[in-house]
Amino acid sequence: MIPEGSLLAAHDLRKTYGSTPALDGASFSVHPGEVVAVMGPSGSGKSTLLHCLAGIITPDSGTITYAGRELSAMSDAERSALRRSDFGFVFQFGQLVPELTCVENVALPLRLNGVKRKAAERTALEWMERLEVDDLGPQRPGEVSGGQGQRVAVARALAASPKVIFADEPTGALDSLNGERVMELLTEAARSANVAVVLVTHEARVAAYSDRDVTVRDGRARDLEHAV
Amino acid sequence: MGRGRLSDAYTSGVYTPCTVLLMSIGHTLLGLLESGPRHGYDLKRTFDEKFGQDRPLHYGQVYSTMSRLLKNGLVEVDGVESEGGPERKRYAITDAGITDVSQWLAQPEKPEPYLQSTLYTKVVLALLTDRSAAGLLDTQRSAHLRMMRILTDRKRQGDLADQLICDHALFHLEADLRWLELTAARLDQLAKVVAP
Amino acid sequence: MTLLDSRTAPPAAPESPKPPARGAAVLRDLGLGVRFAAAGGREGWIRTLLTAVGVGLGVALLLLASSVPHLLDERNAREQARSETQISDSPDTNAPKSDSSVLRINTTTEYHDRTVAGYLMRPDGSTPVLPPGVTGFPGADEMVVSPALRQLLAEPGNELLRERLPYGITGTIGDAGLRSPGELLYYAGSDTLTPAKGGHRIDGYGDSREGDPLPPLLIVLTVLVCVVLLVPVAIFIATAVRFGGDRRDRRLAALRLVGADIRTTRRIAAGEAMFGALLGLLIGLVFFLVGRLFVGSVEIWDVSAFPADLVPDPRLALLIVVAVPLTAVLVTLVAMRSVVIEPLGVVRRGRERGRRLWWRLLMPLAGLAVFGFTGRISAYEYAPEKPFGIAAGTVLVLVGLALLLPWLVEACVNRLRGGPVPWQLATRRLQLSSGAASRAVSGVTVAVAGAIALQMMFAAMNADFNRMTGQDPTRAQFAGYSEDVTGEAATSAIERFRATKGVDVVIGSVEAYASKPGDYADEDVQPTTSLTVGTCATLRELARIDACEDGDTFVVHPPGDKDMTAWVDETARKGKVVEIGSGGKPMRWTLPADSPTVQGRKDPMGETHYGIMATTGAVDAGKLPGATISVQIRVDRSVPDVAEYVRNTAAKVDPGMRFVTLDSVERDRQYASIQTGLQVGATAVLLLIAASMLVSQLEQLRERRRLLSVLVAFGTRRSTLGWSVLWQTAVPVVLGLAVAVAGGLGLGAALAWLIEKQVADWWLFWPMVGAGGALIALVTLLSLPPLWRLMRPEGLRTE
Repeated sequence: MIPEGSLLAAHDLRKTYGSTPALDGASFSVHPGEVVAVMGPSGSGKSTLLHCLAGIITPDSGTITYAGRELSAMSDAERSALRRSDFGFVFQFGQLVPELTCVENVALPLRLNGVKRKAAERTALEWMERLEVDDLGPQRPGEVSGGQGQRVAVARALAASPKVIFADEPTGALDSLNGERVMELLTEAARSANVAVVLVTHEARVAAYSDRDVTVRDGRARDLEHAV
Repeated sequence: MGRGRLSDAYTSGVYTPCTVLLMSIGHTLLGLLESGPRHGYDLKRTFDEKFGQDRPLHYGQVYSTMSRLLKNGLVEVDGVESEGGPERKRYAITDAGITDVSQWLAQPEKPEPYLQSTLYTKVVLALLTDRSAAGLLDTQRSAHLRMMRILTDRKRQGDLADQLICDHALFHLEADLRWLELTAARLDQLAKVVAP
Repeated sequence: MTLLDSRTAPPAAPESPKPPARGAAVLRDLGLGVRFAAAGGREGWIRTLLTAVGVGLGVALLLLASSVPHLLDERNAREQARSETQISDSPDTNAPKSDSSVLRINTTTEYHDRTVAGYLMRPDGSTPVLPPGVTGFPGADEMVVSPALRQLLAEPGNELLRERLPYGITGTIGDAGLRSPGELLYYAGSDTLTPAKGGHRIDGYGDSREGDPLPPLLIVLTVLVCVVLLVPVAIFIATAVRFGGDRRDRRLAALRLVGADIRTTRRIAAGEAMFGALLGLLIGLVFFLVGRLFVGSVEIWDVSAFPADLVPDPRLALLIVVAVPLTAVLVTLVAMRSVVIEPLGVVRRGRERGRRLWWRLLMPLAGLAVFGFTGRISAYEYAPEKPFGIAAGTVLVLVGLALLLPWLVEACVNRLRGGPVPWQLATRRLQLSSGAASRAVSGVTVAVAGAIALQMMFAAMNADFNRMTGQDPTRAQFAGYSEDVTGEAATSAIERFRATKGVDVVIGSVEAYASKPGDYADEDVQPTTSLTVGTCATLRELARIDACEDGDTFVVHPPGDKDMTAWVDETARKGKVVEIGSGGKPMRWTLPADSPTVQGRKDPMGETHYGIMATTGAVDAGKLPGATISVQIRVDRSVPDVAEYVRNTAAKVDPGMRFVTLDSVERDRQYASIQTGLQVGATAVLLLIAASMLVSQLEQLRERRRLLSVLVAFGTRRSTLGWSVLWQTAVPVVLGLAVAVAGGLGLGAALAWLIEKQVADWWLFWPMVGAGGALIALVTLLSLPPLWRLMRPEGLRTE
């Protein structure tokens, strides 16, 4: 069931919202340090798959294993703790806390993990430097451009040294140039830190930054290169 | 990774649509024969009807192709008719021919621009011969994505010129991919049109 | 040459319609606003409804306040109508005996801290006058009761009260005879009451004299209570008008995109606000009318009212009807000044420049200046204009505090750095926009500061009063005094009190007049002092006696009063005869020559005793003519219902016994009712403000649905966000309370100084601070369920 050596694997996930099935027997796996693109048309269940994998929602049936632990057997608190310590997130928009400054936003996951403020903000600044946005530290998200904001979000996802980053259409609201730069920085940083990335996108050029792609169609995920 | 090589790799594939088309005529005619033996004239008419809207096939092309296929043992002559006219051969596909069509359909095309006509032909043939058109498209998508991944990788390591050239290819490939996705989404509609 | 240069319009273009006249445009835009408010879809309706309900609550309170004058008039009128008709200026004058006259005695008692008013009445003839609301005169040992008393007597657990009122109930007192529906009142019949037992003869009800004008201090208090309660209500209405403002601004931005100019958007917003306010007026009227129906059954802190008494003053009502929509429109326009509505969105401005301090300081300073000009006012001085000076100054100070608060919140919050994550989230949020929070809290500030100041004023007045009475509740908690119980009964009455459950000590004495025998001319005054008979223990409570044995007698001098000392010595000549008792036949008694002279001391009632004191072995208390008894009782407070046992004994000894509870705060009834009103009002105002804070909190949470879901995705704990919600409410409220406490104490001290009193208690603000804390807790707790709901991952799906 679980592919050899995988960090996070899901098998036969099913999830229904009302009467519409969002996932219908989807399987998925990602290895440490691997960048996997999850593609598929709108409404195919990509985001639902990502939310299930990240333990944000629980599937109706099926198993999700992370580092040998069964996710669906965990309590909500345990899954929250796992997300704080092992996972990072990048969304399309509206993810930065508008009243916190950029550096405070980046430091937020660290602080939620109990890191002291000074230390957290120092680490946050290092990551912002890697994503070339360290000069935005004291500004608020409302005062920076979309591309800059998204880089801040990427820095935030990386700041707490997660094992997996979940990125849901991270370039969806950006133009090509900014989108490319964000993807470049994200994948580079993830590869050098051996962080796995689950990248949900419907754009091929974004998916091209991955090592492998998986297509979700009608609630089923297919790994075309390895399955056939 | 030199700039010259990179641009060669790309330009060599860009302006060869005709070759690609010529190479696929044999497979296309083979595929048409799968539904039953036909005369050369029938083959030409069906081909023009389904694929040759803007460029009808020459008779000469049909017969030269058929003779090549005969020579390779992919078709055989099913019979000869001469009812008050010129002598007309009826061609039938051999088992080797069927295998050849299958292989051709399953084999993704090398991802490059201006592939649509070949891909379109393949999709229609797959639909006509009850093969999985969706699978064909998926395989092609994968191949495209793989190519895009390679180009993206090259772009990341190259200089600005490499980036610009790769981007050009990437945008074209992306357009193809979108076409593939759109076609995949419209397969049911297409099936009704080509094989009523 | 471009097309733009050509001056001639294309010939085919239709003539553009003329812009409508200004007035018509205003009407059109207002109407558009009304339509948006009324038909803006579900969201629009919710916003309008929130505003309307908020305004409605405020309007209902205002209507209630405007009914107070009528309510007080009616209550006073009924009170006057049931008072006896005075037949002369001297209140003790008895009416002549007639067929309709009635002998009565006030038997009002207290039960579980509530007053049970009552009279024992004996008709002189066959057609006795009836008090209002009573249809039949109660026979002996029967009574008519108010509905509230009937209910109280019927409730289980009130056996002690039934024991105290051992009369059969034969009728109910109608509304016309009651001050308020919750009043506890009875009229009991008697066939043994005589003038000698304290009965007072009356021959009619209805006191036609003008009531006493309110003393100036009471006017000050009343005006202040109104200000303290109504300013927050006004602030609340102003806040309610802003509910959902962000959403409205975005909608107006969409209108700008299709070509509306800024003036148009303002008028549309004004129309929306006006519609909400008008709807609020209607809802307020409904709240008021519906609430009025139930007001008779509600009793808060001993206050209740008949629905029929709640009639708003027409002038005040008209003022409300005009002022509320006008305020709504004004507030909206002022609020929109800090916002520029652009076609592509809403731009907030005013962040560049912080709030200015200087003009906010002007108001409280002006208030203090007004105090200075008004000058001090004494309790009995007649200075009709001064109360208004004090009231005006207070209004200025209170409103000034409300204005000061936003500046203070901003200044404080901007200095806050770091802290744990929830604290950081909350303070950063407040730094970004502290306006909404400060606005709501400024209502709390005015209410609390006003309440503190007024309570300090009350306390100063009460302390003054207590200083005058000098009662000492640690020595005795109850005191009784009876003229009816004399002779043998007196000593046995004291024994009965001693035997009552929970009673520790009874200072029971029998008192009679003692005078120097002889014949005196009319112009001469017979030297007279008092003879007090009691046990050694009792006498020690009344005088500084060292050695005492039964049979001893003492001459007691009032400390520090030379004249009175001389007067006592004039009467109490050792070894000589004194006459005891007044009127009738006095008893002759010889004061023993060896009686020591001692100094008197204050009894628990605060009265100094002097004269002749004798132990029970020296004078037979049972035989003193014209004696009265006086008891002062110390009880064991830990015995439940001990007060009721003692009162029951008193009622058995003599229903007409004057029996009082000594407490550290004995309030003048009028002061007490104002203080009660203040507490009721402050509670209502705090609840109102809690409601408005809750609404803005929920509004804010709903707009942050997506962000909350993202934070959940990160693995943010619920408690983290819960705490941030708490801090977000707590920081402004705590600052507001700090301002309120400081301002209230300052104002209270200033007011106490103005009325020539001293601040008696600096710690009166604790209950209000507690109420503020409860408010924080309430708002936070009620925000949590929606917060939990919004924190579900579904929020990530809404794009």
